[in-house]
This record gives sequence, structure tokens and C-alpha cells, in this order.
Amino acid sequence: MLAKDRRALARVLSWVESGDQRGRDMLSALYPRSGRARTIGLTGSPGAGKSTVTNELAKAFRQRGQSVGIVAIDPSSPYTMGAILGDRVRMTELYSDPDVFIRSLASRGALGGLSAATQDVVHVLDAYGKDVILIETVGAGQDEVDIAGAAQTTVLVNTPNMGDEVQTLKAGIMEIADVLAVNKSDLPGADRMVSALKALLSLNPDRGWDPPVVRVVATQGEGTDKLVAACDAHFDELQSSGRLESAELERARQQITALARANVLNQLHTEAGEERLNRLANNVASRVADPHTAAAAWLAGS
Amino acid sequence: MADTAVEQIRVLVAKPGLDGHDRGAKIVARALRDAGMEVIYTGIRQTPDMIAEAALQEDVHVVALSVLSGAHLELFPRVVDACRQRGITPDNTLFLGGGIIPDEDADALKETGFSAVFGPGAHTGDIAEYVRAHVPELDRS
Repeated sequence: MLAKDRRALARVLSWVESGDQRGRDMLSALYPRSGRARTIGLTGSPGAGKSTVTNELAKAFRQRGQSVGIVAIDPSSPYTMGAILGDRVRMTELYSDPDVFIRSLASRGALGGLSAATQDVVHVLDAYGKDVILIETVGAGQDEVDIAGAAQTTVLVNTPNMGDEVQTLKAGIMEIADVLAVNKSDLPGADRMVSALKALLSLNPDRGWDPPVVRVVATQGEGTDKLVAACDAHFDELQSSGRLESAELERARQQITALARANVLNQLHTEAGEERLNRLANNVASRVADPHTAAAAWLAGS
Repeated sequence: MADTAVEQIRVLVAKPGLDGHDRGAKIVARALRDAGMEVIYTGIRQTPDMIAEAALQEDVHVVALSVLSGAHLELFPRVVDACRQRGITPDNTLFLGGGIIPDEDADALKETGFSAVFGPGAHTGDIAEYVRAHVPELDRS
């Protein structure tokens, strides 16, 4: 795979994504080679233009001679686990560039806007030698904020007329942005959106970085240079303040915690574990036990 | 987690050539989604190389192509060729064709590596069933 075989890379990503043992062995072997790529997350509502903005950013980094990996996540059906992964539709002009590798992932039941394997997929692309990795979340509402922990820089893609100013006051996704893009800013309402966002940001406590608001029209390529410059400035600030290292430590903590949690759950969901769960569920449903006591009993193996 | 986890079936639905609309392809994409598969949809006006490159990067089990313009005998084999150049062959990937395709053309396409061709009367459920039945026969090692 390190011989730049794109098909081998694609196979490894499938193993990693499905939790296959071969994927885990490969990840262990590759992990020491990762940690060199810059990671940028893009999030925002469905239809805000995340894929188109991602496409523009990829082109800009390619013009600088940097190789690009793109991880684009779309939701899985909660009923069938099927998914339509459609982010590529906006990225067709990147297909013929051998230094761009795009992988679409289904969320597979994860709730935070990414999929459980997203970090592992990023690590593999990083070890493969990608200079910049762009991570596009599912269309996010207000609470899908996992991207902030997964990428070094988070870009929130907004559009004009996304609701009144109370929306910008709410907690959650508005708080995690390092850079705010107002896409489709050729539409009416763009000025109002920009000033509403700036007003919101002026109320933020000082975190050592003032998120810039950048107007873009991604379908026309307008504002891409300013958006790239804003991402670069944020990255420079991370480096000079030492927050790049502390954020990497926090990412590692989060990933260990998430994997440990998944492991514990897998160990509980054995056949015997399922039987105990059924018995405990009966007790809870019939009010013999309360849910907290039952959960403690399940964990304790009784 | 099992040591060899079950792989989700991944399908690329693509339209080579210059057809202007993709209603049929979207209906098939939706049906495969409802059958529990992950469908990578790339839109209209794709060249054979673009489709092959997407199939490679997404590591799909199935490449499903649709053409309505009548150019299927020209375009479908070129997609298979572009895929072969990247190591994606009928041994490791199912190639399916769809569109307005006469029976004699379907036979010719099967010679070039297509395992099945679905015309206008095909039931979407049959396509999903076909995929589910034949993906396990692929050599995915």
C-alpha cells in the first residue's frame, strides 16, 4: 500500500471500516507513519454546500502541489442500514487527479455526524501520505459536533436565510466552528447572515482565536482563496500557541474512550449477555428493578 | 467484534455518456438503499475513466451502469476496460447494465463481462436479490 497502490489503499480502508482483523493489523502497522497530514472538517446543514466547498478546497490545495484525501460521510438508514452516498456528485472534476483520493462512508448508526471508523480511515489516508485530509460530515443539525474532536480545523458552512438570529445563539454546532463560511452569498440575505454571525462571535469568550466569517459562492469558486487563507491562519495559530499538540492529545483520549466503550459493549452482547439483558429488561419493565440497578447488574455480570 | 466482520455491500451507480436524465438510475439507487446496501451515486455524464476511478476508490462490490441513449454497446464495454486497467475485473466485481437494451445486445454485453442486464420491465426487488445472491461468489481476497 505504501507503494502508492490506490487499489490496495481502497481495500485496506474497507477492512478498517468493517472492523475486520486484517484492518486492525494494518492500522497497527501503519499508525506510526500517520500524524503528518493536516485535517480540516466541514460541517453544516443538508444542502448548505459542504460537498461543493470541499471540492473547492481540494482544488486549492492541489494547486499548491499538496495531495488530498477526502472522507465524505452520509447517513445510513436507521431501518435498513442502507445508504445513498452522494457527495461525489459535486466532486467529479477531482476524479481524474491521481493525487486526490475520495472515500464515501455511511454513518452506520453513529450519531455525532461522523461514522465510528472515520478516525481510522483518516489515519490510513494520513499514513498513505496525503498532505491534507478533508472530512465532510453528514448534513448536521445542531448537535452533531463530533467533527470538532476529529479535525484540527472545523469549517462551518452556513447559507443566507437560515433562520432568525436566535438560531445563531443556540449552543452546539455554532460553538465548534474555527472558520465560518457563508456559502451562496450571492443570494439575498447574505449581508444579514454575515453580520448576525459576527455579532454572535463578538459575544464569545476569548479562546485565543477569533473565527473569521468568509463569504463564498462555491459553485463559482468565489471566496475560495479567502477560505483557504482563513484555514491556514487557524492552523498557524494552532502551531504557534501549542494547541496543536494539546488537541492531538485530546483526540487520542477521545478515540481510546470511544473504542473502549465499543469494546465493553461488544463483550456484553454475547449470547449469555443477551440472555441476562432479557431477564433484566423483564425486571425493569415489570418494575421489579429500576434501570440504573439493572445496568449495574448487567455490567457486573449478574 | 468478530474477527472477520461482514462487509456491507457497496454499489456504485453511474451513468456513462451524455444522457440528460437519471430517473431510472435514481430509482435503482433508492431500491438498493432500501435493500440495506450502501450506494455510491455519482450522477450523470461520466466518462469510463471517471467511473472506474470511483469504483476503485470506493472499493465497491458492484458497478451498476445505466444508459438510455442506445449507446450501451459502445459505452458499457469501455467502462469494463477502464476498470480492468485498475485491477477491477468481473472476478472481483459484479458488472450490471440497465437501460433500454434489446435481448441480443444483452447477450453481447455478457460476453464483455456483464453478469446481468436489466431492462425497463425489471423489478427493482429482483435487482437487489440478484446482487445479494451473487456478491458472495466474488473473489474479494
